[in-house]
Amino acid sequence: MSKQPFISVKDLSVGYNSRSGSTIEVLRNVSLDINRGESIGLVGESGSGKSTLALAAMGYFKRGLRALAGSAHFDEIDVLALNRDELQKIRGGRLALIPQNSGQSLTPTMRIGQQINEALQLHSKVNARQFQSRVIELLAQVRLPDPTALITRYPHELSGGQQQRVAIAMALAGEPDALLLDEPTTGLDVTTQAHILELLRELAQKRNMAMLYVSHDLGAISRVCDRVVVMYAGEIVLTGTARQVLLAPRHPYAHGLLTSIPRLNQTSLPLALDGRPPMPGEAINGCAFADRCALVDEKCRTTPPDLHPIPSGENVRCFKSDMISDMPALNVKAGQRNSARPDAESAALGLESLAISYEKKDWLSSLLTPGATPRPATVDAINIKIQRGETLGLVGESGSGKSTILKAIAGLISPREGVLTLHDDIILTPRVEDRPAPTLRQIQLIFQNPDDSLNPRHTVAQILAQPLRLYYSLSGSALHDASADLLERVRLGAHYLDRLPSQLSGGEKQRVAIARAFAAEPEIVLCDEVTSALDVSVQAAVLDLLDELKTQQGTTYIFVSHDLAVVKAISDRVAVLYQGRLCEIGPADAVYKAPFHPYTDVLLGAVLEPDPDIAPILSADDVVELSPPARGCCFQRRCPRKLGDICDHETPPVRELADGHVIRCHVPASDL
Amino acid sequence: MLLMLIRRVLLGLVTVCIVSLIIFAGVEILPGDACTQFLGEYQADDELLAQCRKDLDLNRPAIDRFAEWAGGAMTGDLGLAVDGKTKISLIVGDRLQNSLLLALCAMGIGVPLALMLGVITGLWRDRMPDLIGSTLAIFAMTIPEFVSATLLILIFSIWLGWLPGIVLTSASAPAAEFFPEILLPVIVLSLVMCAHIMRMVRSSVIEVMAGDYIQMATLKGVPYWPMVFRHALPNALLPAINVVALTIAWLLGGVVVIEVVFNYPGLGRLMIDSISDRDLPVVQSIALIVASVYVCVNLAADLLTMLANPKLRTMYTRK
Ligand SMILES: Nc1ncnc2c1ncn2[C@@H]1O[C@H](COP(=O)(O)OP(=O)(O)OP(=O)(O)O)[C@@H](O)[C@H]1O
Ligand code: SF4
Ligand code: SF4
Ligand SMILES: [Mg+2]
Repeated sequence: MSKQPFISVKDLSVGYNSRSGSTIEVLRNVSLDINRGESIGLVGESGSGKSTLALAAMGYFKRGLRALAGSAHFDEIDVLALNRDELQKIRGGRLALIPQNSGQSLTPTMRIGQQINEALQLHSKVNARQFQSRVIELLAQVRLPDPTALITRYPHELSGGQQQRVAIAMALAGEPDALLLDEPTTGLDVTTQAHILELLRELAQKRNMAMLYVSHDLGAISRVCDRVVVMYAGEIVLTGTARQVLLAPRHPYAHGLLTSIPRLNQTSLPLALDGRPPMPGEAINGCAFADRCALVDEKCRTTPPDLHPIPSGENVRCFKSDMISDMPALNVKAGQRNSARPDAESAALGLESLAISYEKKDWLSSLLTPGATPRPATVDAINIKIQRGETLGLVGESGSGKSTILKAIAGLISPREGVLTLHDDIILTPRVEDRPAPTLRQIQLIFQNPDDSLNPRHTVAQILAQPLRLYYSLSGSALHDASADLLERVRLGAHYLDRLPSQLSGGEKQRVAIARAFAAEPEIVLCDEVTSALDVSVQAAVLDLLDELKTQQGTTYIFVSHDLAVVKAISDRVAVLYQGRLCEIGPADAVYKAPFHPYTDVLLGAVLEPDPDIAPILSADDVVELSPPARGCCFQRRCPRKLGDICDHETPPVRELADGHVIRCHVPASDL
Repeated sequence: MLLMLIRRVLLGLVTVCIVSLIIFAGVEILPGDACTQFLGEYQADDELLAQCRKDLDLNRPAIDRFAEWAGGAMTGDLGLAVDGKTKISLIVGDRLQNSLLLALCAMGIGVPLALMLGVITGLWRDRMPDLIGSTLAIFAMTIPEFVSATLLILIFSIWLGWLPGIVLTSASAPAAEFFPEILLPVIVLSLVMCAHIMRMVRSSVIEVMAGDYIQMATLKGVPYWPMVFRHALPNALLPAINVVALTIAWLLGGVVVIEVVFNYPGLGRLMIDSISDRDLPVVQSIALIVASVYVCVNLAADLLTMLANPKLRTMYTRK
């Protein structure tokens, strides 16, 4: 008998019992093989069952879920048949997982060192006396700075990127033969993400590991995977080599996913994939994708397609895989950005020498430690004028002060220095409590996570009624009509009025949040990472919506994101921030083209494109810093182009190139 | 860390000061004074009143008297009761001791039991141990204390005759003499507090066990029980500290109903008695003591939470 693949999932179905007693399937008949030395990417929208599949390969099911049919083997061991103790010997040892949410996956009451030590105790053959040095070795291996100091830290004392690396170090402690990675880099800065992926590639090669890489980030997948499996609504719809799937997908859904990704070489909005996947348990007669598919015909609605091989080598669950070429090409975008050109004459908002510090002056501590010098401000010397109808993108790594600036504009934190002006003539009072109602109405904020910003106990109608009552004193049928109209504008429709946030998908929630912001008919909308928590397909739809609203109403946006491609797609002008200092600002096209500020260069180099032919360019040692330097250029400690002393001591000059493109660097623009 | 300690202690002191001021002012604002209240029933004539006011020193301005009262309280001298002879610190002292004894015994049984039951019901959620435990807890919480107290008296002292149903020991007797009379009140109290703490611990255990880091620990290969003890419980029991503290404060502040039912000479009964005797100085003193106990216990709980919770601890020890 021929040997089974190293990880082998066969015809697996997973489901749970609904309250009415019926069994609801979240995975249907899924098969997946991974050999040693192979890395497989698993992609699909949120809720498509990616995590469920990865966990099932470890014999683990979330509370409530169970295997209904099929098998899962690891190195010829049936993991679904093992008892609890036997499973625990394999888990974390030969078969390790890097979790979706490493920030919440580290035990808050245990030190980093203890947690890795525990993994060593359980699985490592290393002599107990060498544990300590082995822990330090592991932490150094994942490029964490100062491992010796780190082992006594608690998880909350590390940044998101560092926590992620600790989780990787912990997974490597058991010297695994197979590694399952569940969105290991989602939400990380581009630079950190690129570094972690390089590390994983290296390790996989060196140790000849089998890897399953779960993500909805096709850029990351293209970087590390040989083969890609695409899931939709609990089923596999396409498998093939990374090159096949990412460059010429033979399934309409995979094609749609790829077109909805904003890319650096384009200035237009990505094409959105409309609609949403069926909920688990929803009756599906034909193809699960039929409602969203551009190629759908009668047969698709009545007969479920099989997963079958096609001549070019992929497996496809679609009747019309040979007709994908009729769909719009992947990298020519139809979704032109239709924004009205900004009105250069009138400024919507001005930030003048803005400086913000979180350090609080406290009478008791100043009494006990007199003469302590204040630390450099978190955000400093920001001068930006934003034209009416313009979209200004703010980019930078985590900790670069993007959200802090938005908070200051919204009046949630008082600046230490500087003034904010509205329309050139109105000076904004620092604190939101002191602002008059009309000013309040003009500036609205949309947050990253709609789950946090929408009250889970309020219906959509109640959520939208708040601003309408507050700013326009609407009530009764006028209120209802206005709310229905708002929902119409965000393409949701009045029947959503009675829903609670928990009955909405992520994209729908974010649209409700947008509708709430637009209820005030604001002039300026501050968007804080509004698409970061969303799938690419939903993200494209939200970007499209924002752009449309702007065209209708001439709104001014400040759009904060760590995703450079998204910012490029939606912004007219882009500002690059590092440690709360402005590095570069200018028209979007100019910023994404040479000459670059050295930091912009580093950021752009690290962006992962969903194309196996484009590799990121990484500079050797970038570690995200915790606080800005007291003097000189803010980027001095990481800059690959650093000139020397002058960068350490003197603030770089403001050099204006053509078209309001400003770069702050000691290196002359002609050399950048 | 030190800084924050100083801050919290200062804050506590300020709270106690404000409370004492309110107590004092409250008594001042009441119509009449301690003498009209005290002598009211005897149709007191002006002479008696004047004499009484002189005895109680009520003719000086309120500020002066407050300063003296507060100053005394700080050194443990609470002044004289309204009869002008007994030292309040003596009466209250005995009662405080008795309340402390009752509270300690109830805690000694109730807290460990509650933690254990809370963890068990949380881990075995929705299965037999949980169903039984949770149902009993709801009973213990909803049945009024005097009903359960009466029931227990009925069973253990009247039918079975195992334990005395009423406390006859005098207030100033040494602790040892309260046994075994104290047992029944202790049982009733532990039941009630046990139910509260247990339900809180249970929900906290359930929440933690559903968390990502428990899933991670499982997938890392940590066997079940070490996972529970190392990863789950330290996090699940953190919020219990504050609930336990609140319960302790409640116990020390005098559990009036229980003390009355069992005739137990604690602070709560002294309070009731003094109120019906119109003994305002004693009432004032008890109020002050109860307030201080609340402040101290909460302070202790916050400090303990801070020590046990790395998130809070590191906030003050590391920059
Ligand atoms: N414990 C559970 N009980 C019932 N249904 C569940 C449970 N956990 C997940 N599901 C459902 O199973 C489906 C697949 O979930 P899964 O977490 O595997 O998706 P995913 O592809 O990993 O999504 P994401 O990209 O958001 O991580 C979803 O519809 C989800 O609602
Ligand atoms: S089977 Fe039909 S509906 Fe389904 S993806 Fe293919 S063309 Fe679209
Ligand atoms: S000023 Fe110096 S350190 Fe700063 S970006 Fe330019 S070259 Fe680099
Ligand atoms: Mg997932």
